[in-house]
Amino acid sequence: MVMQSLEIRRSSASVWGLPSGIRTLPTVSKYIDTSTCIGCKACEVACQEWNDLRPVQTAQLGTYQTMPTLHPEFWNLIRFNEQNFDGGIAWIMRKDQCMHCDDPGCLAACPAPGAIVQYANGIVDVNQDLCIGCGYCESGCPFDVPKFHATTGKMAKCTLCVDRTTVGLEPACVKACPTGCLQFGTKDDMVALGNQRVSQLQKVGFKNAALYNPAGVGGTGVVTVLAHGDHLDWYSLPADPHVPILTRLWKHVVRPLGMVAIVGAVIGAFGHFTKFGRKEVPGSGDSGVQPPGA
Amino acid sequence: MASLAATFGRGAMTNGWVDIKNADVILAMGGNAAENHPVGFKWFLEAKKTRGAKIVAVDPRFTRTASQADLYAPIRPGTDIAFLNGIIRYALADKSRYHEDYVRLHTNGPYLIGEGYKFEDGLFSGFDAAKGEYQKEAWGYNPDAKTKAYGVDPTMENPRSVLQLLKQHVDRYTPEMVERICGTPKETFLEVAKIVTSTGNAARVGTICYALGWTQHSTGVQMIRAAAILQLLLGNVGRPGGGVNAFRGHSNIQGATDMAGNFEILPGYLKTPTSAMANLAGYLDQSTPTTLNKQGWASMNYFVNYPKFMISLLKALYGKEATRENDFGYAWMPKVDGNYSWMYMFDDMYRGSSMRAGGKEPAPEGFVTFGMNPVGLGPNSKKMIGALSKLKWMVVVENLETETAQFWKAPPEYEGGDPSKIQTEVFLLPASSFAEKDGTFTNSARWLQWKWKALDAPGDAKADQEILARIFLAVRDLYKKEGGALPDPILKTSWAYTNPVNPDLGEVLKEINGRALSDLPDPKDPTKILKTAGQQIDGFGQLMDDGSTMCGNWLHSGCFTEAGNNTQRRVTADPTGLGMFHNWGFSWPANRRIMYNRASADAEGKPWDPKRIGIQWNGEKWVGDVPDMKPDAPPGTFGAFIMLPEGVGRLYSPVLNDGPFPEHYEAIEAPVLNALHPMVTSSPVSKRFSTDKDKYGTADKFPIVCTTYRLTEHFHYWTQHHKNGRLNEIQPGFFVEIPEGLAKEKGIANGSQVKVSSARGAIQGVAMVTNRLRPLKIDGKQTWHIGFPIHWGFGAAEGHRGPLANMLTPSAMDPNTWTPEYKAFLVQVEKA
Repeated sequence: MVMQSLEIRRSSASVWGLPSGIRTLPTVSKYIDTSTCIGCKACEVACQEWNDLRPVQTAQLGTYQTMPTLHPEFWNLIRFNEQNFDGGIAWIMRKDQCMHCDDPGCLAACPAPGAIVQYANGIVDVNQDLCIGCGYCESGCPFDVPKFHATTGKMAKCTLCVDRTTVGLEPACVKACPTGCLQFGTKDDMVALGNQRVSQLQKVGFKNAALYNPAGVGGTGVVTVLAHGDHLDWYSLPADPHVPILTRLWKHVVRPLGMVAIVGAVIGAFGHFTKFGRKEVPGSGDSGVQPPGA
Repeated sequence: MASLAATFGRGAMTNGWVDIKNADVILAMGGNAAENHPVGFKWFLEAKKTRGAKIVAVDPRFTRTASQADLYAPIRPGTDIAFLNGIIRYALADKSRYHEDYVRLHTNGPYLIGEGYKFEDGLFSGFDAAKGEYQKEAWGYNPDAKTKAYGVDPTMENPRSVLQLLKQHVDRYTPEMVERICGTPKETFLEVAKIVTSTGNAARVGTICYALGWTQHSTGVQMIRAAAILQLLLGNVGRPGGGVNAFRGHSNIQGATDMAGNFEILPGYLKTPTSAMANLAGYLDQSTPTTLNKQGWASMNYFVNYPKFMISLLKALYGKEATRENDFGYAWMPKVDGNYSWMYMFDDMYRGSSMRAGGKEPAPEGFVTFGMNPVGLGPNSKKMIGALSKLKWMVVVENLETETAQFWKAPPEYEGGDPSKIQTEVFLLPASSFAEKDGTFTNSARWLQWKWKALDAPGDAKADQEILARIFLAVRDLYKKEGGALPDPILKTSWAYTNPVNPDLGEVLKEINGRALSDLPDPKDPTKILKTAGQQIDGFGQLMDDGSTMCGNWLHSGCFTEAGNNTQRRVTADPTGLGMFHNWGFSWPANRRIMYNRASADAEGKPWDPKRIGIQWNGEKWVGDVPDMKPDAPPGTFGAFIMLPEGVGRLYSPVLNDGPFPEHYEAIEAPVLNALHPMVTSSPVSKRFSTDKDKYGTADKFPIVCTTYRLTEHFHYWTQHHKNGRLNEIQPGFFVEIPEGLAKEKGIANGSQVKVSSARGAIQGVAMVTNRLRPLKIDGKQTWHIGFPIHWGFGAAEGHRGPLANMLTPSAMDPNTWTPEYKAFLVQVEKA
């Protein structure tokens, strides 16, 4: 990732964002219609193929779901859930992935400057060069998305195929989706599409159909149509996701205080130096310590 | 496909994938399109989203398709005829529920049937108990003695009219009886019937989509017949958004069938000669149907052109060697003297003798298998392996080492015996995969679409055509050098390819399309020349029966004309707005997108629905889709079903081996006796075998109904054999789907190991305990059913092996197609 060529809206652990270029970019979004998803997993495979992720050793555990949760080599997971209702059954398939929140908890939690960025178009991405693999972003995420990759020592998650979308292509999963339940476009368009589908569903009897675009995180870059909007648990979606209080505290109180403390310490040290001068350590000129192999 | 040909005249999907978007109601039954045809399934959703179409799923399991349906109805595996006959009964009970004008105009509903036809105590008339077959002569129409025309009753009130006989036949299938047989709650059944019959009028259209969930039963052909009858009654055949749509199980299975994938047909569904047909005249006489007209309405009976198709095929096969004097080489064609379907071949191999000649002839000693894994996909795996063990040699042409290629090292539970004692010499010829060669795919919608080679085959792997060509040329050389018995069929075969060792598939496609061998005069103006010698013909209408044309498959004619390779067309314009895309690829027959489209219009040629026009009469000719009709024949000249001698769709079809109407028979292995006629519980003409390996179970030992299926994540055995990490990752292991109640009863926990056994063997896998399968009340008794997918085997890639599902399936077959009954059989389940 070459920072200079990208237009950044927000950057982790930076008091000031980077300049965001001369264009005004629309916020982009992915539309997921769980009511027309058939759980074929083409998106899972396309995601792994495009992002060059390695196959994970899985086992049949009594479900159609590939693995229990997202994984550092598996950023796009269809969650299968069987729910009995009205004497019948609903077999729900929901694509789980990074939600690309407008107010990303991961970015807020990240202590490494520039390791998590939000581009001007709203995509939230981990800068693999700057990530320190501390895992703070995981605790900041209300959707349990970023995963620590033991081999690279960095965090991994969906990039909304930023390398495709910045050159005008749709994300790999959208490209592979056979039913059209995945779409990609501007946030405004995707929300409009979602609302249209929701009203369609309401007309055919799904009275509680809803568009999942939670306000607690400023809305999500991934909007999801739910036929049973009154049962978010059926979709393994949090009812009111928001950036954890501790993360907010860290970002807005502790961290600035820390900055103040650091600056204070530096000023204090400088004052100390100007007043008392260098500390003399006996024998510091030649400690006799040899570098290994010398 | 036998069923659709017997009802409509051609054995293929009537409409097309894209056309499903035009439907108001989609009945998904006998198939799970979302699972097995996820790309085509988008048109279901398109209809739902843009037209508010209703999707109804009827399936033993709550499937991926059911998850998208507006209504789901559970059904016991193998009882679909009872369900469909129940809907037919419901439709016929009220004239507002079926399209009466359509039935009168476009079906044999008004035709009168002879007194010979009867149905009593579970048997149709003409049953020969000794042979276990029907003598079909008893089922014929009742033609007028003088005029030879059919008797018809346009009011359809005559008790011997087809419509009244049908009404009488289905009268037993009350909603209560449907519930008793199928286990579908009466209310749910009635709801399905109501939605489906809402299309029984001019304003609305519905489609029925099925796949192997119907085909693979001992009554499979009649299940499809029931659906076809229902669609004719509702007036849904030939119309955009309608039809009976068979979803083929592979990307090119339609093409394989078109090009003679079965022993009893030649390319283009011409008949394989039998040993009784000694000369060409006799063969053509028996194969060309006589036109049968009723008063005031003629049948086009397009198959009167049969001799043109056959002689052009002989010219393609034997080239210059085929002359009028030698019957165009007819004598060189192989003639069949019995059943050579692969189930029978394996039975012969296993027995060590051929039953065709009363067990007196020796069994085959060698076997060549191309792109097929009979050990994996044949029923009763132990018998498959036992059969191959008795061969002297076997050639497997594959891109992967399948179970068939390594049958001799099957694990002990397959009872193949000591590998060191098996004498079969196996040759595995590495073949290229689909992406490593050019050629066409013919999809379910009958579209021939060219595909381009994407990469070179690895190592020594060769394309199929090169392997075939090299074998042919080597055998021909041997005949040339050493002579031998009957060398002519090989020596006279035309092999005029630029590169004989590796024929270019474009060149082969040109041969399939056909060309003029001498100048063809224009039949309308003999002073003009239509085609000069050597030119590609435009379509099968130009074929001749005098040897002046050649054509490898009349049905595909038009695919490679003087305009070029039409299968390579990719024009996305669709002026019809109905998804016909006439300039995308080539659709047989004659680039027609909806077959029988004459039936989309009324007697005057006006479309039933002006928003969904198939074709219409503009005063001079038929316009719209490519007409399935003589383009300038005014309405009233010919019937809409031009391939049938009657010219109309057959509600009553006297040509199949198991009856003119569909009747519910239990599967060969069923948990109950037939509620309608317990003395004739399963089909009296279905086929089964009698070796020591052909065991059939009963409900006392095996009380649970079982079915098999495929998963979207895998392609047959292929993806499992391949070291395809991604697909093995997303569907890693064999599992058995078990209803929650049954699991509780047996103490089986989700994710634990479970053992499933049938009369033929036992397998083990991970239990997937689910509420998507539920107990059904059959004949008052709670009955369980389970299911498992077919993809695993002992030859799969390391770490992904599993049992062959077909270890448990029975060798019982449909009497028309000899398709095995994979979809309904009996098992026992226990904790492993």
